Amino acid sequence: MSLKLNALLKSPWVFHLSTGSCNNCDIEILDCLTPRFDIERFGMLLAGSIKHADVLLVTGSCNRKSAERLKRLYEQAPKPCLVVAIGECSLSRGMFIHSYNCPVPLDKIVPVNVYIPGCPPKPEAIIAGAVKLIEKIKKGT
Amino acid sequence: MARSIIPIGPFHPLQEEPEFFTLVVDGETVVDIDVKIGYNHRGIEKLSEMKTFDQATFVIERICGICSTSHPFAYVNAVEDIFPMEVPERAKFIRTIIAEGERIHSHLLWLGLAGHFLGYNTVFMWAWKLREEILDVMEILSGNRNNYAMFKPGGVRRDIKKEDIPVCLKKIDSIIPTCVMLKKAVIDDPVLHARTKGIGILTKEEAINYCALGPTSRASGVARDLRKNCPYGAYDKIEWNMIVTENGDVFDKAVVRILETFESIKIIKFCLENLPDGEIDTKIKDIPPGEGIGHIEAPRGETFHYVRSDGTNRPARHKVRAPTFMNLPTYKTTVIGASISDATIILAAIDPCYCCTERIGVKDIKGKKIFNGKDLIKLSQEKTLKLKKEFGVI
Amino acid sequence: MVRDEVVKNFKEKFKSDIVEFLDKSYKRVYVEIKPEAITRVARYIFRDLGARFNTASGVDVRYHIEILYHFTIEEINLLISVRVKLQKDKLEIDSIANIIKGANWIEREINEMLGINFKGHPNLQRLLLPDEWPPDVYPLRSDYQEWDKNAIRDRGV
Repeated sequence: MSLKLNALLKSPWVFHLSTGSCNNCDIEILDCLTPRFDIERFGMLLAGSIKHADVLLVTGSCNRKSAERLKRLYEQAPKPCLVVAIGECSLSRGMFIHSYNCPVPLDKIVPVNVYIPGCPPKPEAIIAGAVKLIEKIKKGT
Repeated sequence: MARSIIPIGPFHPLQEEPEFFTLVVDGETVVDIDVKIGYNHRGIEKLSEMKTFDQATFVIERICGICSTSHPFAYVNAVEDIFPMEVPERAKFIRTIIAEGERIHSHLLWLGLAGHFLGYNTVFMWAWKLREEILDVMEILSGNRNNYAMFKPGGVRRDIKKEDIPVCLKKIDSIIPTCVMLKKAVIDDPVLHARTKGIGILTKEEAINYCALGPTSRASGVARDLRKNCPYGAYDKIEWNMIVTENGDVFDKAVVRILETFESIKIIKFCLENLPDGEIDTKIKDIPPGEGIGHIEAPRGETFHYVRSDGTNRPARHKVRAPTFMNLPTYKTTVIGASISDATIILAAIDPCYCCTERIGVKDIKGKKIFNGKDLIKLSQEKTLKLKKEFGVI
Repeated sequence: MVRDEVVKNFKEKFKSDIVEFLDKSYKRVYVEIKPEAITRVARYIFRDLGARFNTASGVDVRYHIEILYHFTIEEINLLISVRVKLQKDKLEIDSIANIIKGANWIEREINEMLGINFKGHPNLQRLLLPDEWPPDVYPLRSDYQEWDKNAIRDRGV
């Protein structure tokens, strides 16, 4: 499994999903594609569908309606699929912890590999998080 | 009529995604639409009742990331409306500077996304690269690219230093030539005219009946703008024009937003050059029982907040109404009768939050699912390619 | 259109329906009317005065429930808020969605958050809450309690 993962991580394809966020983190992820930060020089591309993706980027504090959609999408992704949680809302629901529509945090629904904190995290922080993920997998943990 | 379904993109016969918009088509024309929302509902009105008046400002900023100034601005206007009080002049000018900076970056973001849906990926990259300059100005003034945290009931939280003003003016002047080039590229291109004129028309009567707001209604001839009619902040001290056009189609909505960007640049330069001296806030001891209303003009329309206080230090009721809530039902009238390759650009012309345009699905009249959101974007880009070949551009 | 004339004509026309009238400042007016008169008042303000309908907000004061309808007349910078009070054992009122098309979604939201029935509404279904939400629990009421046994409300530290 780690040989397959090592090969995949030369150029990981990324699928982005938002489960009820304020869209700030989503705009910062798209900002990584623009000429100033340019994540395509690392080989990362936005994939059109979950069946082509190696890495799943999740933002937002899981709503009741969006949690089912997330579970179904995760089951369809071809394993090994790594999950990256971006922004405070996906770490622990942040300031929405007492909201009636957000019952559980993200890591009780899908297993998470990397957490990137910030509200929203700057594009430099997202690129640093992606690099840490690649190094962590290469070391074999 | 012979119809061929081009199998663009993988579709998932096993995946029953709860769709946001489901369009029912007969051939190539849309005949009906079904809307389901609620994927971003986080219960913010109930959360504000658990926080104090000061803490609620930070929750309110995170309702929407793109209009992250409009919601706190309307909220502090509502709290200051409960009992008579005066906000100092310097604070009003600083609030106007932040609000107009947000309007410029929001309209440039919209221009990039509309270019992407139509197949002009270069416009997408250029508009978002231009937007980085404005975000640099906001970072110099407030410390952050997105959630500025500058508002509080009674004034603003941070002051603008004298040394920062020439740097900001120079950055704003540097984006004007590229904005002029983008305006000419949109308004003078014959392929864009053929692609967007006459598509998705919203008549003046429907705009008034559905209570449409912002550029969506100003493109249909309804001359209403809260900054002129019910002025707040420093807008009544500045010379600027309201942009209104007549036809109500997608082309007019783009023209209104591009011309508004130039007016915003004029307003923000005037405010930075003529900033009055003085205090930046008024101290509020405690808030008496009563009710207050604040409504301001966000980049997408009118944002409305209603606050009721019962004498304690927490709001008793806080009602929030975002502008997209009134603009989305107009999609039903504008898309019925149009073809499916225009469905994404008609939705993008209303300028909903970015997440919403991902969730469109198409069913044919027997109920079988054909396309999903990414397929529709591809269909729209292919139509532009076909038109470019007809016009001899490529 | 002059502001004081508009206010005077309104008071004259609905003399028998107004319970209380508060002229708070030059741009804010709060009127309380009887619940039966809401369609006549809404039609007059929307059609004859040419106002725009902003929104409607429901408030649960513990003794009764109030709904406020907000209208803006932009030509004279005046915001009129029309208040109706409903008793908790009879929570229903006529719908204005047939007069003002923009009020359709707003009344659906008040219906699922506070439990008020709008008579004559074309499509009164759930808008924001998910399907598995229990049918008689209304989040914005003042006596709302947490009903979900599986919810986690601490940070796990």
